[in-house]
Amino acid sequence: MIDKRVASAAEAVSDIFDGATIMIGGFGEAGSPVELIHALIDQGATNLTTISNNTGSGQVGLAALLKAGRVSKVVCSFPRTANSTVFPELYRSGRTKLELVPQGTLAERIRAGGAGVPAFYTPSAVGTPLAEGKECREFGGRKYLLEHGIRADFSLIKGRVADTHGNILYNKTARNFGPLMAMAAKVTIVQVAEVVEPGQLDPESIVTPGIFVDRVVAIANPAHESELVEAGASYP
Amino acid sequence: MTKPPVIGRTREEMAQRLALDIPDGSYVNLGIGIPELVAKFVPAGRSLIYHTENGMLGMGPAPSPGEGDPELINAGKQRVTALPGTAYFHHADSFAMIRGGHLDLCVLGALQVAQNGDLANWSTGEPDAIPAVGGAMDLVAGVKSIFVITQHCTREGEAKLVQKCTFPLTGCAVVNRIYTDLAVIEVTPNGFRLVELSPGIDFNFVQERTAAPLLRTPERIEAG
Repeated sequence: MIDKRVASAAEAVSDIFDGATIMIGGFGEAGSPVELIHALIDQGATNLTTISNNTGSGQVGLAALLKAGRVSKVVCSFPRTANSTVFPELYRSGRTKLELVPQGTLAERIRAGGAGVPAFYTPSAVGTPLAEGKECREFGGRKYLLEHGIRADFSLIKGRVADTHGNILYNKTARNFGPLMAMAAKVTIVQVAEVVEPGQLDPESIVTPGIFVDRVVAIANPAHESELVEAGASYP
Repeated sequence: MTKPPVIGRTREEMAQRLALDIPDGSYVNLGIGIPELVAKFVPAGRSLIYHTENGMLGMGPAPSPGEGDPELINAGKQRVTALPGTAYFHHADSFAMIRGGHLDLCVLGALQVAQNGDLANWSTGEPDAIPAVGGAMDLVAGVKSIFVITQHCTREGEAKLVQKCTFPLTGCAVVNRIYTDLAVIEVTPNGFRLVELSPGIDFNFVQERTAAPLLRTPERIEAG
């Protein structure tokens, strides 16, 4: 019988190893798997490469993982946000490397990685500094850049509800990178507020089919990054 | 200390002027900052659908302070509301809308615009700056029309409309129109063309503050 539930966030992230590449869902705080990231901080894996849209805010969640010195490289589209001070310091001191990727190219690289497409051409960033070193080819008289799909060892994402097969629904704009990252990792770990039995979700409404999900953790009342930042929280 | 008198249009008036040129029924993406003001001034009787690249069509105005859902936000990471008919989607779909040419209009701010339509709006290229690009390069590559809304000059008085951008580019030959405090200007194959002067502003005043030739042709491009 398929049951992808694991008992705790700690158990869900227990096998993340030093040097792993990890996709972390979220756009700003929407969809950020705060509890999974905190469990990863407790677990201790280091020298990580993270793939995410932002680099967190305040001293919690993704920013706390960075502050703990666990991340040697970030692949990111917008590593600068209100209240983000951790990453700028790490970047300026040379302790964390940055691969800057346009947001749509980042999304498509993750989708392609998950879909078994090794590379694709995109019109985004042609003629800009982010085109340097990339193959440029013309189709129909217009220039496009070759971009490569990416995959990860683990994805940490946040949904609203899952069934025990790992079918996932999301909350509003917290969907963002979740369905893409779920496809693109060897091990996809999802935190959700509620887990239900198979058959309780409408098959027509499933956003991420369970085949892309390996582990489901119930976190009944997930923290919101902005509320933690407002309260001056820091982790650990 | 009293503020110097405003010459030309205020930020709100710039947004109001731009809003006149958005056709009814358009799918529109508004960038962060002055572009966001445009939504306040859409003329009565026109209905637009707002796209936010983090994954939503049908975005409505901000909720009352303290209200809303921290997971219902716009590209500037501010809380928004969902209007009837809203759709949520993941990033690959959102950028398929953008790159695939499905959006009618994107309104963006600018550091510089060149006379061929090159746009620089993501980095001043300073070595100490944290580079951050977000969706700007995808938007300019794929949305059908790109309108820039910006002050005509920097705070230091330097022209933002130039022959060639010196800041790192966001996209090549992508800008269609520019709405500033001083004028509305169109990018044509022959360079910048004046569409309209702001009230109380004359042509020479604008040309002196534009670091590229400004064509002054009688042909007037109809709004929309």
